[in-house]
Amino acid sequence: MMEKSRRSFLKVAGIAAIGLGAAPAMNFAASDSHGTAHAVKSKNKKALHAQRWGMVIDTNKITDEVVESIVEACHKAHNVPDFNIEVDEKKYPNTRPVNHKQEVKWIWEEEFHNAFPDKEDEFLAEKFHDLPFLVTCNHCKNAPCVQACPTQATFKREDGIVMMDFHRCIGCRFCMAACPFGSRNFNFRDPRPFIEEVNPTFPTRSKGVVEKCNFCAERLAKGELPHCVEASEGAIVFGDLEDSESDIRVLLNENYTIRRKQSLGTEPSVYYIM
Amino acid sequence: MLEIAIKGSKNYWLWIVFLLAVMGAGGIFYIDQFMNGLMTTGMSRDVSWGFYIANFTFLVGVAAGGVMVVIPYYLHDYEKFHRITILGEFLAVASLIMCLLFIIVDLGQPTRAFNVMLYPSPKSMLFYDMLVLNGYLFLNIVVGWKILEAERNQVEPAWWTKPLIYLSIPFAIGIHTVTAYLYCGLPGRGFWLTAILAPRFLASAFAAGPAFLIILCYIIRKFTKFDPGWEAMQTLSKIVCYALIANLFFFVCEVFVSYYSNIPSHKAHVQYLLFGYHGYHALVPWMWTSMILMTTGAIFLLIPPLRNNKTLLPFTCAMIIFGVWIDKALGMISGGFVPSPLHHVTEYAPTGPEIMISFGVYAIGFLVLTILYKLATQVKEEVRG
Amino acid sequence: MNKNAIITGLIIFVLAVLSPFWFNMITATQAAPEPKLLGKAKTEKNCVLNKYEMRANHMALLDEWRDSVVRNADRMYESANGHSFNMSLSTGENSCLGCHEDKTKFCDKCHTYASVDPYCWECHTNPKEIR
Repeated sequence: MMEKSRRSFLKVAGIAAIGLGAAPAMNFAASDSHGTAHAVKSKNKKALHAQRWGMVIDTNKITDEVVESIVEACHKAHNVPDFNIEVDEKKYPNTRPVNHKQEVKWIWEEEFHNAFPDKEDEFLAEKFHDLPFLVTCNHCKNAPCVQACPTQATFKREDGIVMMDFHRCIGCRFCMAACPFGSRNFNFRDPRPFIEEVNPTFPTRSKGVVEKCNFCAERLAKGELPHCVEASEGAIVFGDLEDSESDIRVLLNENYTIRRKQSLGTEPSVYYIM
Repeated sequence: MLEIAIKGSKNYWLWIVFLLAVMGAGGIFYIDQFMNGLMTTGMSRDVSWGFYIANFTFLVGVAAGGVMVVIPYYLHDYEKFHRITILGEFLAVASLIMCLLFIIVDLGQPTRAFNVMLYPSPKSMLFYDMLVLNGYLFLNIVVGWKILEAERNQVEPAWWTKPLIYLSIPFAIGIHTVTAYLYCGLPGRGFWLTAILAPRFLASAFAAGPAFLIILCYIIRKFTKFDPGWEAMQTLSKIVCYALIANLFFFVCEVFVSYYSNIPSHKAHVQYLLFGYHGYHALVPWMWTSMILMTTGAIFLLIPPLRNNKTLLPFTCAMIIFGVWIDKALGMISGGFVPSPLHHVTEYAPTGPEIMISFGVYAIGFLVLTILYKLATQVKEEVRG
Repeated sequence: MNKNAIITGLIIFVLAVLSPFWFNMITATQAAPEPKLLGKAKTEKNCVLNKYEMRANHMALLDEWRDSVVRNADRMYESANGHSFNMSLSTGENSCLGCHEDKTKFCDKCHTYASVDPYCWECHTNPKEIR
């Protein structure tokens, strides 16, 4: 009998404890004490808008120098770590040695047969052999990474940009397995010691989250074009794919373009003029 | 019932202390990984999943394998399995705990793990995997515990355990199917992009799970007075045999499709695993070892005198488990990532800390298993005595 | 005999549970620090919400802000009191640090005292530190 009543007491006590624990959370959810109800959130007036942002890369205009300045502009502005630099020992003592296989890159150069492995060809025109091909996140219309993410940390914005919410990412790396373009990076370690000059207007990342190209969403919000477009000397054109009047659509209309791994049906938003 | 676990022989306590020591060592390495990030592992930009996820996949199989004793006993009233169903259920519990821990140690931001529940994402397979794994864990804990308790008190188990047992059967199939769906639904990974992945996972699970159970039966016979029954072990070994042959057959189908169709993005991975690719062949010896172990195991189980040999059987089972582990854990994960989507080759090998943390997780699983099996065998001894 | 053991146990338990109070009695309690208002924040009397609500709920507000900026691309915030802000911790004039200037004299003052360590600064940068 004693056994029984102690048991039921513990049960009731347990349920009561859950109730006590839940109460503050429920109260917080129910209240609007932080007075934010009347606030208005809006976009910057100068912000650029599109239905689906896209990019056309003119491979004829891409040279090694252009590639270099594009990569540098992007990586500097976005605080992408460079694991080849010498770490400032005073600021970051006891930094462990680097595993270069754990690198981070948002936009980089590949050879034709790596950028387009399904278009490999033994008799490929010679000029394509040595040409640098810029690759980055394709901001696919049907992005497999968005589908894979278990927390919606990777999501699709209204304007077609595939965004990362670094605050929410749990670092499961499912998106990296899902991406058919190898466009995603994981922060295997704290990147800060490997950023030579931090750009204070853009966050760095913490260890344990995934990152990738964001089509310079932070610049579009201010009415500016992406860094790579600015640094490209006209080789990259950026615009609204759904707007038939846009520069980018005119280019697509006038040139033969290809996309990476079209057959997978992810509908990349980055086009290459051949 | 738990009080049973704190009374044991000297050997029992030595084993517990050993497991705690391994857990402690793993814990120390995990703290380092937690502080410094996954840089301590051998994973890379190209091979973004490694040893943890490999072991996770393997253990989901062991957990699902438990259903191979539940189905015959509860659906077909196969009495010989009466004594070992509880062992199957408790093995599932321990395996699932290891599975969940392997996921946690693999996360870059483990403190945010609950985001999966805060922001449920019905399009993500990982979301469903979380649901079925936890569901199956819950079912097995409740069912196993309730039935053992009823046995101890010599009463009929509560009426509601029956529906839960029936429910656990689709869940067992579900955990491994959804785990296969994690991989086989990804457009850019030719190696995994195959409809036979889930059936293959299940086949290897129904080989490795029961094979492990047979070994555990041997250990139980040696260290306790409880006898799981030689005939039950014989039936188990037949199950292992057919499941293993199915697994090998599925693998042959896989190899045939990739080689005969000759599609590079599918063939390259199999090529890498079996013969090496562009001069990289770290996994070739492993894969062939696995093939030899599994084939020999299947032959040993097919021939009745060899299968019935009480001394040989545990070794056959160990061979099979190791073979399946290589094939499904090492090969399946690395093979999917090499070559990369851009056809670069980055090879993968786990680092020391990674292996130590994995040992730590296994030690936790074995601790849970030891305690649960201690309860089960002791209760059964009491009831019979 | 059991009775004595139980009562001793209870006394030890109560003593242990109340240990924070004993600890406070024997150590000198520090007064809660005042975060320093500098520069613009000193002259400007209005933050996003009034002082007390900011004190209590700034973390909820910041959480709302980051979702708004990252997920909805809405970066401007006009609060109920008519002021508009750039929803950012540290970028530009109209951000948190744009007004409050110094993280160490503002944010850290209370956070250190309360021994909370928000992970904002693992990624976001304090402009002062960089220079």
